[in-house]
Amino acid sequence: MQKVTRDILIDRAAELLASGMVNRVLGWRSGEFFYDVVPAVFRSEADMRDGFVFDDFCGCNFSKYLVKESARSDGRILVFLKPCDTYSYNQLLTEHRFDAEKTYVIGVPCDGMLDIGRIKERVGEGVIGIEAEGDELIVKTLYDGDKRMKREDALPDRCRHCKGKKHVAFDELIGEECEENDENASGRFEGVAELEAMTSEQRYFFWQNELSRCIRCNACRDVCPACTCEKCVFDNPKSGVENKAASDSFEEKLFHIIRAFHVAGRCTDCGECSRVCPQHIPLHLLNRKFISDINGLYGEYQAGETVGSRSPMVDYSRADLDPSEAIGKREE
Amino acid sequence: MLKYRINKLNELFSSIAENRLLYIPSDGTDGRAHYTRWQDGIVLSDKLNTVRSAKDFFFPQSENLIEFERNGKEIKVNDIRKEPEDFVIFGVRACDAASFDILDRVFLSEPVDSYYASRREHGIVMTLACDRPAETCFCTTFGIDPACPGGDISCWQSGDWIYIEANTEKGKVFLNGLDLAMEQCDENEIAEDKKVICERIGKLPINNLPMDCFGAGKTETYFNDPAWAKLSESCLGCGTCTFVCPTCQCYDIKDFDTGSSIRRFRCWDSCMYSDFTMMSAGQPRPTQLERFRQRFMHKLVYFPENNDGIFGCVGCGRCLSRCPISMNIVKVIKNLGGNSNV
Ligand code: SF4
Ligand code: SF4
Ligand code: SF4
Ligand code: SF4
Repeated sequence: MQKVTRDILIDRAAELLASGMVNRVLGWRSGEFFYDVVPAVFRSEADMRDGFVFDDFCGCNFSKYLVKESARSDGRILVFLKPCDTYSYNQLLTEHRFDAEKTYVIGVPCDGMLDIGRIKERVGEGVIGIEAEGDELIVKTLYDGDKRMKREDALPDRCRHCKGKKHVAFDELIGEECEENDENASGRFEGVAELEAMTSEQRYFFWQNELSRCIRCNACRDVCPACTCEKCVFDNPKSGVENKAASDSFEEKLFHIIRAFHVAGRCTDCGECSRVCPQHIPLHLLNRKFISDINGLYGEYQAGETVGSRSPMVDYSRADLDPSEAIGKREE
Repeated sequence: MLKYRINKLNELFSSIAENRLLYIPSDGTDGRAHYTRWQDGIVLSDKLNTVRSAKDFFFPQSENLIEFERNGKEIKVNDIRKEPEDFVIFGVRACDAASFDILDRVFLSEPVDSYYASRREHGIVMTLACDRPAETCFCTTFGIDPACPGGDISCWQSGDWIYIEANTEKGKVFLNGLDLAMEQCDENEIAEDKKVICERIGKLPINNLPMDCFGAGKTETYFNDPAWAKLSESCLGCGTCTFVCPTCQCYDIKDFDTGSSIRRFRCWDSCMYSDFTMMSAGQPRPTQLERFRQRFMHKLVYFPENNDGIFGCVGCGRCLSRCPISMNIVKVIKNLGGNSNV
């Protein structure tokens, strides 16, 4: 369960709206069920009281919306950011994608957001309610009554290996700021290590199997805060590589590898790509492989930790490994 | 009506697969159901439905149409299509089976789409009743009955048996041709099961949306509705909803330069995309609002207008569970219909 309640957030937003500090609020709107919240812009306290939610299903990262939304009108927009979202926020500022003066960030604490897909994997379809009880969840189902599961099993990968509970950007904080949680974060590269331990044939088979499901909806790209090109080459009929056909798995692999390269050094590991993929493809593993390689080859680097930092991918120092050495080192 | 022991399902499959390709929903490594070519060892999924819809069998995501080769001043046109093999899809739910009627209206009306038509001719649809519909199901809104799932052949799983009934001539001929000792039985044997399904459907949270206010002639009513702005404001334009939707039917036709020829292919397109129906004068729907509106107006107003009042949605719930921002047709229906909570 989240420690901060919806009412606390609404009360504070109402003050900021009333004082004129902000003129709208980017938040989560409740849906048909307990889990299908929609990112929405609220313009009044009444509207917030009516539909605003903050609970275990508010996983979506608002940072990227600020690019479009801050350009839409004058005045500041209030945005609620979870710790991991603030990395994307900083990274977007580093890339000059919006004006920080047009935003007002309230950092909200996060106890990990639940993934309805994971819950349904355990209890099946037909879920109509959920309650938290300590480390457990009680899921109300249509056919099997109440089913218990561990909260941990309902966490998506990004939350299971959370980077840390500290906000790296905010105008103000609500709730208690936790210290960084290194214990969790250390598991972040477990999946990468598993892939690295495979033979190249096994790894090939792994990605072939995963990426063959891709339908090229491009949701992973559309949601990605590092993908903010106004016109993606893959959408541009004039680029010569525009493609909406999932023609074969070779092409799908190339698309994903190119995308992973494009966001290398800029990807904050927010996990949105894996969250939105309708085909449940573990895209974060590609990005984490790049992050772990960058860390290993050029020293620890976390995109979005500070505004204005230069990623090792676009920075040069005389001490840098020669690319050929880097390849050698990786193969050791 | 026929019945067959459920513990011998594998024999049923193997008998079907003797003369035809057989596809059944089976769990992938991702733990979700996908249509999979049946062979010994492939097990029927117990999930309610597949992530991708069954439309892929008749209207694949991409397919080659024709090829052009240039030889000096001559252009040779090659028909490169392959005659599809006979196939059976087993385990199709009522919603997806109903989606074929919608696709038929598009692809089989004049001029007939011969690529689609030939797949339809070669395919047999075996449906399966839904004994555990999900909270996201609302097929009954469109008069679809998950207890009588339709297709060429309907099946029900009940107790130790799988009950089988042919609905079409094609289905009958096919069942008669199977080399299997199936038992004749009375259809009353599954009356209770059907009743249970009905009761369950009745308890679903969104099972009967009010649709009276939509349909033919409603373009004026909704086209300029201010609700579109709010509904579409956080849409990513990813088109996931259109790709997983069993009734979305838009495609693009493009040419691919193979180096020695030009191959013309078609692939799914999405009204949610910025280059959809792009013309020399530009994109007729410049912002996501217009693109978003197109998807839903098409299903709720334009399609029924041109198709005897039939809506372009079968209530399968895929867009409800797959949209990255949880926006979907149910929220649109409720908002435009004026009984929103969004
Ligand atoms: S979101 Fe998933 S299915 Fe869609 S393009 Fe990305 S990897 Fe492919
Ligand atoms: S409605 Fe949802 S799935 Fe459809 S394009 Fe918009 S964000 Fe993507
Ligand atoms: S619009 Fe949504 S619910 Fe309706 S048929 Fe398409 S995917 Fe299914
Ligand atoms: S929408 Fe209806 S037919 Fe489709 S899976 Fe759900 S209950 Fe079955």
